[in-house]
Parts: sequence; structure tokens; C-alpha cells
Amino acid sequence: MTMVGINESVKRREDPRLISGQGKYVDDIRLPGMLHLSLVRSPHAHARIKRVDVSRASKMDGVVAIFTGADLQEQLGSLPAGWVLPDLKQPKHPPLAVDKVRYVGDAVAAVVASAPYLAADAARAVKVTYESLPAIVDAEKATKRGAPILHEGNADAGGAPNNVAFDWEVNGGDYAAAAKKADVVVRERIVNQRLIPNAMEPRGVVADYEPASGQLTMWTSTQIPHLLRLLFALVTGHPEHKLRVIAPDVGGGFGSKLYIYAEEVITGIVAKQLGRPVKWIEGRQENYLATTHGRDHITDVEICGNKDGTITGISCEVNANLGAYLSTFAPLIPTILFGIMLVGVYKLENVKCKVRGAFTNTTPVDAYRGAGRPEATYLVERMVDRFADAVGRDPVAVRRKNMIPAFKRGKAVATGVKYDSGDYKKALDKALEMLDYPKFKVEQRAARKEGKLLGIGFSTYIEICGMAPSAVASSLGAGAGLWESSLVRIHPTGKATVYTGTSPHGQGHYTSMSQIVSSQLGIPMEDVEVVHGDTAAQQFGTGTFGSRSVVVGGSALYMSLQKVVAKARKLAAHQMGVPEKQVQFANGRFVVEDVPDKSMSFPDIALQCYLAKDLPKGMEPGLEAVSFFDPENFTWPFGCHVAVVEIDEETGDTKLVRYVGVDDVGKVINPMIVDGMVHGGVAQGVGQALVEQAVYSNDGQLLSGSMMDYAVPTAEMFPNFETARTETPSPTNPLGVKGAGETGTIAASPAVINAVVDALSHLGVTHIDMPATSEKVWRLIQGAKEERRKARQGSRNGRKR
Amino acid sequence: MVTAQFEYLAPATVAEAARLLSRYKGEAKIVAGGQSLIPLMKLRLAEPKYLIDVSNIKELSGIKEERGGLAIGAATTYDAIGASAVVRKYFPLLAEAAGQVADLQVRNKGTIGGSLAHADPAGDFPAVILALGAELEASSSRATRKISIERFNVDLLTTSLRPSEVLKTVRIPFLAARTGTAYYKFENKASHYAVVGVAAIVTVNASGVCTAARVAVTGAGPKAVRAKRTERILVGKALTASQISTAAKRAGAEIGDFNGDIHASPEYRAHLTVVAAERAITRALGRAK
Ligand SMILES: Cc1cc2nc3c(=O)[nH]c(=O)nc-3n(C[C@H](O)[C@H](O)[C@H](O)COP(=O)(O)OP(=O)(O)OC[C@H]3O[C@@H](n4cnc5c(N)ncnc54)[C@H](O)[C@@H]3O)c2cc1C
Repeated sequence: MTMVGINESVKRREDPRLISGQGKYVDDIRLPGMLHLSLVRSPHAHARIKRVDVSRASKMDGVVAIFTGADLQEQLGSLPAGWVLPDLKQPKHPPLAVDKVRYVGDAVAAVVASAPYLAADAARAVKVTYESLPAIVDAEKATKRGAPILHEGNADAGGAPNNVAFDWEVNGGDYAAAAKKADVVVRERIVNQRLIPNAMEPRGVVADYEPASGQLTMWTSTQIPHLLRLLFALVTGHPEHKLRVIAPDVGGGFGSKLYIYAEEVITGIVAKQLGRPVKWIEGRQENYLATTHGRDHITDVEICGNKDGTITGISCEVNANLGAYLSTFAPLIPTILFGIMLVGVYKLENVKCKVRGAFTNTTPVDAYRGAGRPEATYLVERMVDRFADAVGRDPVAVRRKNMIPAFKRGKAVATGVKYDSGDYKKALDKALEMLDYPKFKVEQRAARKEGKLLGIGFSTYIEICGMAPSAVASSLGAGAGLWESSLVRIHPTGKATVYTGTSPHGQGHYTSMSQIVSSQLGIPMEDVEVVHGDTAAQQFGTGTFGSRSVVVGGSALYMSLQKVVAKARKLAAHQMGVPEKQVQFANGRFVVEDVPDKSMSFPDIALQCYLAKDLPKGMEPGLEAVSFFDPENFTWPFGCHVAVVEIDEETGDTKLVRYVGVDDVGKVINPMIVDGMVHGGVAQGVGQALVEQAVYSNDGQLLSGSMMDYAVPTAEMFPNFETARTETPSPTNPLGVKGAGETGTIAASPAVINAVVDALSHLGVTHIDMPATSEKVWRLIQGAKEERRKARQGSRNGRKR
Repeated sequence: MVTAQFEYLAPATVAEAARLLSRYKGEAKIVAGGQSLIPLMKLRLAEPKYLIDVSNIKELSGIKEERGGLAIGAATTYDAIGASAVVRKYFPLLAEAAGQVADLQVRNKGTIGGSLAHADPAGDFPAVILALGAELEASSSRATRKISIERFNVDLLTTSLRPSEVLKTVRIPFLAARTGTAYYKFENKASHYAVVGVAAIVTVNASGVCTAARVAVTGAGPKAVRAKRTERILVGKALTASQISTAAKRAGAEIGDFNGDIHASPEYRAHLTVVAAERAITRALGRAK
């Protein structure tokens, strides 16, 4: 029996089940009479569908039905964007393409058979005649005149002229004036490459329709069961109360499972059409094509300031690639979650940011771990280094000079938002202390003398978490409230079942939420069951993303626990015959003040609540509480990450040799889980910096189409991560937490690239785009050497003359 | 990603496997570890009607010390090779390379024979076995023949093995005294195959003069090849760093067209070939005692 508190590193309760193969994922669900669905996908990036011939396929072994886009056009509806910016173009997105395909992987027909292999065989036998069209994959070129148009027609007719989905901007202060006054303006063109999320479990759906009751049950690998139910109802017209969405064990998401997907609609509707359970399981290569990608920005950025190291402004123009259709949150990620972050942790008064969202013939792009904040942080932290270099100052000194001083409650910044609490210098100082910066400088000088390339990079990041304030969110375009809910149900034996609207997929909520319960009720963690991911079990919920679950869902849980304790205390006082204020609750016992042997345990009270033979007047029997929590602000975790890299001068191969990460995520429920989240996040951030990239050919074929060509970071790439924390509680929620799911990913990429550039800076290198592959680094080194050779020759010639 | 339908056959002897190959001529494929063939089948780049699994044929796996060298059964796994005491004793190069192939799961299944028969342009063993000067033995239902490794690699994914033949044994001759070996690999960060890999075997005499050298390159071109020009420069010299460097500069001379893909351009591969050769030779020389 473990009584656990908050801030205790207990082992994850879910792990024995998950790591011993006892988990239950979508593919583990087998229903009697279940059929298997396989999708015919477009091999073309852009083409007109001339004919879909199913005659041979439908005669094949085991085939039950084949549906084309035209067959189900009405039932399948069109997938909407869930976040609507002003003047957003929203072209139709039929789950099964009807007249045109717009990316390689666009679904064209659904084949249903008695076994998965038979369905796959028959899908290959469906003959689709395409008229191939020119394709465009580059977000910048896509909006230029003459580019092939994905969604034809003007906006009223559902088209997107010039492939522009939106033009969005945010301004604070007066950047133009600041730049004019500044001593130094530094410009850079920065590409934030496209990434593939690579959740360990690809997606999958099982749908089961009961014609007699009209009830449709859907198991799907999702982060948002409740939002999905709502969206499914809106898209298909299936009544929301006759739909149950279950997210069983979900093997990772990183943002890629937080949308309504074509396959969910297709599988659900096909099950309804056939009156039999239907399963669709995504393969890995299919996942690379059909599940959203992340990032993909081309940005022209400028930073300005004075010779003394003061930064006065930042400005950027972004071409954000949205892919072929708008995924659910696609309009949000490169705009609000990006633009408002451009101040960083600095006293930056002047900000200008313009973002153009472009349709291209590529897989749709949406949130990927960090979602907008990594892109912003990368720009800011990269440009602060560029600025420091331009004014000839140490990047740490420039950061320190420009940092917003510590504050406990609310700090408005130039992009119009208010940070919750922060102490940025403290995190920086802690990282410097762990690192021993002066010693590193000495080592670096010595290394350079020996011809070794050693570099250090800093990232004093900030991010935005706890996606909630519903009123703020909806004023910015959210199509749903973003609060969170909880239900705490105490059983007569004093054990607890708690229901949360968040929907974990690897984060360890079963443990963290149990810890919150155990700490508040004084019952052992083993006596707590946490139920999530089932629309039939929970009232409502927004799901798990944006590091919001403990911040918003944990707070909702905390509120319900307080309500339960309040009622229990009232009953305890009544039964012990003392005024309520004399009853103290600690370690699971209600004790009368100054009379330690007069007490009742929490389970005693729970039983009394259900026996209901001696309740105070007006008290209802039972012991449970529901809460909905909607904070007034976001939370803003921050910290300082430092990377040290060594580069093989001959080959350009870059090795991460040291990594120090100091995070401030406010109060911490389980330090071990937070460490784990940071480690995983750093791995993904370093992955982006050094190896990961989704590459398309100009005609829209995904060249990095499997793990043979898309480098997923592995343990051998990493040194031991040295992590630590500072703790600045958030005033926005009762737990004081800020969210810890994405800090590593956001912080790591700029730290690593800054380190790579630092290692090469004495050669005259000022920037390298991600990923800093060996070949790219090698070419930079070769180029720099060539420049020097020419310069030397030039000066020799000059002397001669 | 599922394969087309096929029938699975599991013969108990090489003779039986060879008979099945000839019976289902053109429609059957041997499968050993399946680490190259099964992915191709899932992509439907290969759709054999019959799969003849040789991984359970006793006479095909295992490592035997013979007169003049080691005989390694074609279906011996990387893992078994890397862990073998005789391999470590006589051919540390094989163990060194086996440990750099892919990951543990692949090494537990993948076989030396499969690697050679598949002839992946980025495979490690094609270069290592070439450098070691092995002799291969293959059997069809009608005959058994020996093939020198020098004549085995024909082109991209193509060997001189006939469709009717089962690769049986890889025979590797013992190394001369005072021979050092090394395998240096730049790996593809995604697949962990070789972007470029170089195996080097250097023999010196009592006064430190290089008397023999075999250097083989993989990853750079369509097939693994020996860097004969490099070898020639090395032989007959008491090697210094700058001589090794000069020799290594010719390591790409036999390649012809360098491979280029999203991981490395032909120009970069050519450069890595030189660097890998220099490092492999330097290491091998250091180990030649
Ligand atoms: C993720 C991954 C990473 C990899 N990384 C590397 C790497 O870093 N370096 C590397 O070198 N390789 C790598 N490989 C490939 C691996 O080495 C393969 O195991 C090897 O190439 C084939 O051996 P196998 O036994 O699996 O052959 P199979 O896949 O079973 O067969 C391959 C081919 O050889 C034929 N064949 C097999 N055995 C015989 C025989 N006895 N007689 C006749 N024909 C035969 C088959 O018919 C088939 O055409 C990787 C593979 C994977 C899946």
C-alpha cells in the first residue's frame, strides 16, 4: 500500500501492464463477425479521377463490399477545420476522394473483406484511372502565380485561389520604427523542415453498429474521444447520443491523433452501411502518407537591436505548408501557437509576424509535439544568437541582458498575451552552474587549437501550455470549449474511481492522477482507479494535447476531490458530534482538534455516506462530485537547455556530447514522469535538429516513405541527459502546475543548432538549416575553407599589386 | 503492407531445398532470415508463389574450423557469427562487422548467406567477405560448385548464383601472421545500412613493411568492390600516415558511378569513401602485429 503525495517519484502504475504485452490497443479488439477494411490510395500527388473499376476486385475471395467516394459522398460528408481564422478558406475534404486526388495517399475507395490480407489483395485489384495533373509541394512556390491549383474555384465556391488558406498576422509595438532606429538588423532565411510524428502505434479504428438500437460504437487510436464524437456527429449527421467513442490503450500520438480523420468516418459509416463490425488498421508506410505531418515553415526573419546588446524587435514572414487539406487544428498551429510566442523570454517591445498558410500536394500538416512553439522558439533562439554574434557579445550575456525580470503574477507582452509567472534568469543560472560555462570556454579554446570542432548552444525557451481558457480560445477561432472535467466517485469501501476527460496515450496519467487522489484523500494509490477515454464513462472532455492534462484535467480532479472532502468532513463532524471547524483531515483521517483518539477514517465516512442512516439534515446520500475547470489564462513553462556538440571536421558528422536541461514546469506531481517526458522530448528535438526530415520529390512523391529513409532518433545518438528543475508555481490553477509534455522538444532543436553553428563560427559559418546532416555540415566546412583560401589568395594578390 | 499470397515450404536438407527450387522454377524463392526478402514482399516488389525456408536446415548453419580456414554455413546468423569464439579468434573483422549490421533483432535473424545472395549495394558483409577472399559453395539439384567471391558480386542486387542454386557454405582462408583488419562504416542514420563502408586487411613483415593488403568498399557504388589501386599503393611500403592518405585517395577509383540519394550525394559518398578507407587502413595497420 503506497500513500503517495504530490512531488513523489513513484513508478508508473500502468507500466507492468503495458510493457509486458497486456495492453489493449485497437488492433487487439476482435468482435464476432468482424470485417476488415483496406483503402485504395492515390499514387499520384495531383490527379483527376476518371474511373474507378471495381469489377475484378469485387469478385475476389472474401470481398464483402467496395465503396468509392461517389458511392458514399453524402454519408461521409466533408471533414471540417476545427479552428476557424478570419477569412479562412475551407475547401471540401471528402473522406473518400470524389473527383480529384490531392496528395499521395489520398483515399479513393474502401474495400471490405472477411480477412485483412484478402482486403489488401482486393484493394490492389481496384483499377483507378487517373488523369495526372502538375503538382506543387513547396509552400512558397504554391502561392505564386502559375502554380497548379489544388482547390479550384473562388472562395464562395469552396475554392482556395492561389492555394492560400489564410493570411494571418500579429503585431505588437512598431517593428518598422524599431528597425530604423536600431544599430543592427540581422536577417536570415530559415527553413523548419517537415517532420513525421512516428507514434509507436499507427492509427486504427473498429466500428460496431447495432441496427436495432441505432447505437454506433467506435474504438479508435485517438487523443480526443469526446471531440471526435462531436465532430463525427457534425460531419455525418449520426446523432451524438447514439455514438460512443472509446480510446483504448493508445500507443503514442505526439499530436498526430488529435483530429477527426477520414478513416474514422469511413470505418464508422461502412459499419453502419453493412450492419457488421469493421476494422481498419494503418500500416507504418500508410501512416507516413495518411497521418498528419508537422512543422514545414519557410521563414524570412529579422531581429534588430543596439550595439550594447539590447534587442528591440523581431519580425518574420512565414510560408506555412498545410498540405492538401485543412486538418482539424491546422489553422491554429502556425498562427496563434506560433505568432504569440515570438517575444520569447525577452523584453522585446516590437513584434511583427505575418503567416501565409498554403495548400500543397502533400500530406496534411498539423500539430506535432510542441506544435507552433518549437517553430517560434527556434526562430527566436536562433536569431538571438545571430544578433549576439553581430554585436560581438556572448550569447549568454545577451540573453541575460534582455530577459524579463522575475514576476509571480501576470506579465503582459508585446504579442498581446499575458505570461502567468516566470523567473527566467534562475533557470539560466542553474543551467550555467551545472554546465560550468567558464570551464567549457577554456576547453573549447584548447580544442580549437588542436583543430577540433566543439560548440555550445543555448536555448532559453518559453512555451504555452494548459490549452484552456475557453473564452480566449473561442475568440481566437476555437470551435469548442477547451475546459476540462472530472468526476470523483467514492465507493462504500472508501475506494475511489475517478473519471477524467483527458485521454492519455503514454503520458502516465493513471499514475499522476492517482497521486493527486491519494494525496488529497489519504487513501493508497492502489485504491484509486482512473477511467479515461470513453465517451460513455466520462461527462465530457477535451482530450490530451498541448500539455494540458494535469494543468486543466488535474485541476478539475483536484476541485472534485475538495468537494468530496468537504462533504465527508461535514458528515464526520455530525457523527462525532462536534462543530465542523473542529474537524481536521490529515492522512486519511478526520480527527477532532485536540482530541486525537476521537477520529473516523475516510473509508468509515464513505460507508456512512452510503448507509445513509445518520446524515445531517439536508445532506444527500452517496459520495461523489463533478467539476469543470476553465482557467483564466494559459500556463507558460520555461527553462534553459544547453547542448554541446563535437563535429568530425573531415566528414561533418555531428555528435551530441553533452546535454543539460533545466525546466520550470511549476509544481511537479511526479518528478520521474516529468524527467521521462523531458528525455523523450529532447530526443525528438535533437532528432529534428540532426537527422529527421520528410522529403518530397517535386512531383509529390514522399521520398522518405519509411523508416529506412526517415531517420527516427535512437538511444545511441544521445549522451546521458543532465536534467534539473526550478519551480515557479503557476497562479492559474489550484495545483500550481504548468505542463511538462513538450518542453524538451521545444527547447532542444535551437540549442543543438546553436551549438553546431558555434562549433563552426570561427570558420565564418552563421547558420545551418535543420537537419544538420553530415553532408550539409561537411559542405559548410568545405565552403568556409574555400572562402578562406580565396581570401588569402586575394590578400596576397592585393599585396603584390 | 501485406505480402501477396504464398505457400511456405520448410525442407530439412539442402538437397530437398534444391529439389523444391527446381520443381517450382521461377516461382520459388529461398528465405533465410527474411530481413531483406520479406520487406520486398510486403512492398510487393517480390511476389514468389513459394517460399522455401532454409533457416532450419541443420547442415546450413554453424561455424566449423577446417584445414586452411573456417567454413560458415550460409544460414548462420550475424548474431551467431559475432558471438563465435573461433570467429573472434581468427577473424575479428567478421565479428566487428557483424556487430555493426542493423540492430539486434535483425542480427538475430539475418544470415551471412542471405546478405551475400541479396547483394544489397549498402550491405556490410558483401565488402567484408570480399576483403577476406572467401570461396562460396552452392548446390543445385544437379551439381555442387565453388564460386570465388571475386566473381560473385555481379551488379546491383545481382550475383553469379543461379536461380536453381542454394548457397551452402562460405569458406574463409586463415589470415597470414602479422595481419591486422578493420571495418569502418559511415551508417545511414535512418536504416543503419552503410552509406559507405570499407573493410581493410593489412599484412606487414617483421620490419613493418606492408606485404599484402586487401581493401573492399561497399555503399559507394552498385556493388561491393575491391579498391585495387589503393591496395597496390600500400604494398611494399613501411606505411606512414601520409602514405595511407595517398593510397586512400584512390579508394573510389574502381567505383565508377557513385550512388546518390536523399542521404548522401555522389560527391559526398566519394569523399566518405576516401575517409573510410584511410581510417580502416590506419586501424588495420595498428592491429597488425
Ligand atoms: C531494419 C533493417 C536494417 C538493416 N541494416 C543492415 C545493415 O546495417 N547492414 C547490412 O548489411 N544489412 C542490413 N540489413 C539487411 C540484413 O543484413 C539482411 O538480413 C540480409 O541482407 C539478408 O539476410 P537474410 O538471411 O535475412 O536473407 P533473406 O531476406 O531471407 O533473403 C535475402 C535474399 O537472399 C536469398 N537467399 C537467402 N539465403 C539463401 C541461400 N542460402 N541460398 C540462396 N539464396 C539465399 C533469398 O532468396 C533472397 O533473395 C538490414 C535489414 C533490416 C530489416
